Amino acid sequence: MQGNTACAEGALAAGCRFFGGYPITPSTEVAEHMAAKLPRVGGVFIQMEDEIAGIASVIGASWTGARAMTATSGPGFSLMMENIGFAVMTETPCVLVNIQRGGPSTGQPTMSAQADMLQCRFGSHGDYSIIALSPASVQEMFELTVDAFNLADRFRVPVFLMADEIIGHMRERIEIPDSVPREERKILPKGTPPFRADEGMIPGFPQFGKGYGVHVTGLTHDERGYPCATSPSLHEDLVKRLVAKVESARHEIADYRVTNPEAEVVFITYGSPARTVEQVLHDHPDERIGHLRFRVVWPFPEKALDKFPDAKVFLVPEQNLGQIAREIERHTCIPVVPLPRFGGALHTPAELEKAVEAWR
Amino acid sequence: MTYSDWLRVDRLPHIYCAGCGNGTVINCTLNAVDRMGWKKEETVFVSGIGCSSRAPGYIVTDSLHTTHGRALAFATGIKMANPELHVVVFTGDGDLAAIGGNHFIHSCRRNIDLTVVCMNNQIYGMTGGQGSPTTPRGALSTTTPYGSQEPAFDLCELASAAGANFVSRWTSYHVKELTRSIHQGLGVPGFSFIEALVQCPTNYGRRNKFRQVMDQVEYFKTHGILVQKAHRLRDEGLPIPADAILLGDMVRRDRPAMGVKR
Amino acid sequence: MRHEVRFSGFGGQGIILSAVILGRAAVMYDGNYAVQTQVYGPEARGGASMSAVIIDDEPILYPKVTDPDIFVIMSQEGYEKYGVHAKENAMMVLDSSLVHSRPACRYIEIPATREAKQTLGRDIVANIIMLGALVKVTRVVREEAIEKAILDSVPKGTESLNLKAMKLGFELAEKGKIQ
Repeated sequence: MQGNTACAEGALAAGCRFFGGYPITPSTEVAEHMAAKLPRVGGVFIQMEDEIAGIASVIGASWTGARAMTATSGPGFSLMMENIGFAVMTETPCVLVNIQRGGPSTGQPTMSAQADMLQCRFGSHGDYSIIALSPASVQEMFELTVDAFNLADRFRVPVFLMADEIIGHMRERIEIPDSVPREERKILPKGTPPFRADEGMIPGFPQFGKGYGVHVTGLTHDERGYPCATSPSLHEDLVKRLVAKVESARHEIADYRVTNPEAEVVFITYGSPARTVEQVLHDHPDERIGHLRFRVVWPFPEKALDKFPDAKVFLVPEQNLGQIAREIERHTCIPVVPLPRFGGALHTPAELEKAVEAWR
Repeated sequence: MTYSDWLRVDRLPHIYCAGCGNGTVINCTLNAVDRMGWKKEETVFVSGIGCSSRAPGYIVTDSLHTTHGRALAFATGIKMANPELHVVVFTGDGDLAAIGGNHFIHSCRRNIDLTVVCMNNQIYGMTGGQGSPTTPRGALSTTTPYGSQEPAFDLCELASAAGANFVSRWTSYHVKELTRSIHQGLGVPGFSFIEALVQCPTNYGRRNKFRQVMDQVEYFKTHGILVQKAHRLRDEGLPIPADAILLGDMVRRDRPAMGVKR
Repeated sequence: MRHEVRFSGFGGQGIILSAVILGRAAVMYDGNYAVQTQVYGPEARGGASMSAVIIDDEPILYPKVTDPDIFVIMSQEGYEKYGVHAKENAMMVLDSSLVHSRPACRYIEIPATREAKQTLGRDIVANIIMLGALVKVTRVVREEAIEKAILDSVPKGTESLNLKAMKLGFELAEKGKIQ
């Protein structure tokens, strides 16, 4: 099965019943599969007039209680940025799939990249926090899409599946389980102010059509949901909570794989470069090369770096100029070496073997 | 029930300027909604950004105050995901026809079952009076200090060309007619578009020779002509005044619609 | 045993579909592992298109083809871009009706496009002829496996045409000489 198809299958298994989007290479197969399958399970597929409308329709659908998603790539992702901020501010659960291609601008529509990793974290204006997952196989396109819906409902944030073209278009063996775990949105008890957060900092969800009479606005709002855009303390409290509800849970959300924790030379990867590193480790079983692979990239789980107490260098192959390498650097004193490879090609095992040699 | 039962009383007073026409349109809309017998929990108001778009915040139902120009795209998601809900959109001329123009024509084309009430004040009121796509040629605004050089959009023509099932135009002077047309629009399956010209004394009237609030309302009264009368004049070969405001129901048809309650 | 198979031709020949069918045969009907990837440009027709399948009895880690041992080449441009550097012990199945160069490695000439047109009346099935020939020559998947995978993948109503094409591929490979 193809990665993009597996993503759509994961969404359907997770109970996604609304897809609003706009065709764009190399993500289109996600939309095509949803267009074929959603009507058969009582869901709605709608091709909107642009990506701005795509994410807007997803947010609207989410307020009716539906699990809702969109899928896009670079240029469409850029168009979605304002409404991503709206989803953050209004605490709307939704899933956005970005099958990354080469940019800036139209760039390389059919070639792989991982250059939107900072955009998904910081691309909309204002301070905020989100969750981003990165699959490294067709199987993970399925599994992490399921996780994305559960995390979105649990934390009431947009969750991004930040895949790359190689994984999106790759076909390989996949096993689809009979059922998948499902975490429901916490329901708002009647009579509670709709944006009053409890200790977990996540308010219950006042679904439209259930008699809550909730006002939802992208303006800074009080716990009743009423706009109050001129109070410094209210704004500060709200934004701090929106960030903290994700960041304070980052070690719970964290999902990574550790290989050879005693290693001195350690690769850190996410997405398709992980596959090259796995090959290198497989081909050199005696060399004790370490590998830390993130399945969740944001919120950044910096404690994962401590799993390699003897590491003397972190090598970070990415299909960009070093976006996550920069984040790793913030959290460690040992050298962090970005290994950029972009233009669409994937790092070869030989290239990475050479990088290891340099640190022997 | 009356319109006042639909107001979110703890949010009052509202932010509108003294003499603003938006309150009239909200009042007419709520009266029309009330007359439909809809339940509050089945009704959702959606808006974008601008003076008009603050309206849902003063209404007790579920409401979504979204990003600039995008209200129709959000409303499409709500209505398609749950056709049981009655979805009404408040918008303005800048929100709908400038930044949101693409969503406007595509919502009409899809003929999605929404009712859209556009408060057309011919200016960007909230940001201090900049020119909009409906600012008349020659009119003054902060971004057209020598008079607007651009032709204005006719929003009703746009809606009918793009495929809406119901299209109507009134003004804040024509309270009864406006209420009746909104009521009709609410009942029509498919996309209903009701344009309501409103006075903006603070940012339009002040700069364009409507010194008093009532001057602009009086202008609506004296320059409005029914669309049927305009057609009659045209058929008889008589001139239609250049500054006439065409009023009334322009389109009422039954094209296939999306998102209609089953 | 890892096999890397690279298909190349021009857009519209079914280069990607061929790789998908081969991968499917390996995974679904031979119980092996396979990864299929591709390189394609923005154009839907024409251009040099390339797709690849890795087949292995172990899980496949590195998903890209680095040093193919099997080539299926269906256009001159595809040969020049993706076939010319084939290593010496590689095996190349080439459509001799469209490719005029010959590689340094072992190869077999299959006039697939001409045969598809002349014998079957439809040049669209040239890629299936090539698939049949490939399987006969390399045994990279079983004949029954490729047959089932073809039947899974082709449009309804074209099954018998495609099976004829596959069998024609078997025959051409048997008659042909490995050079």
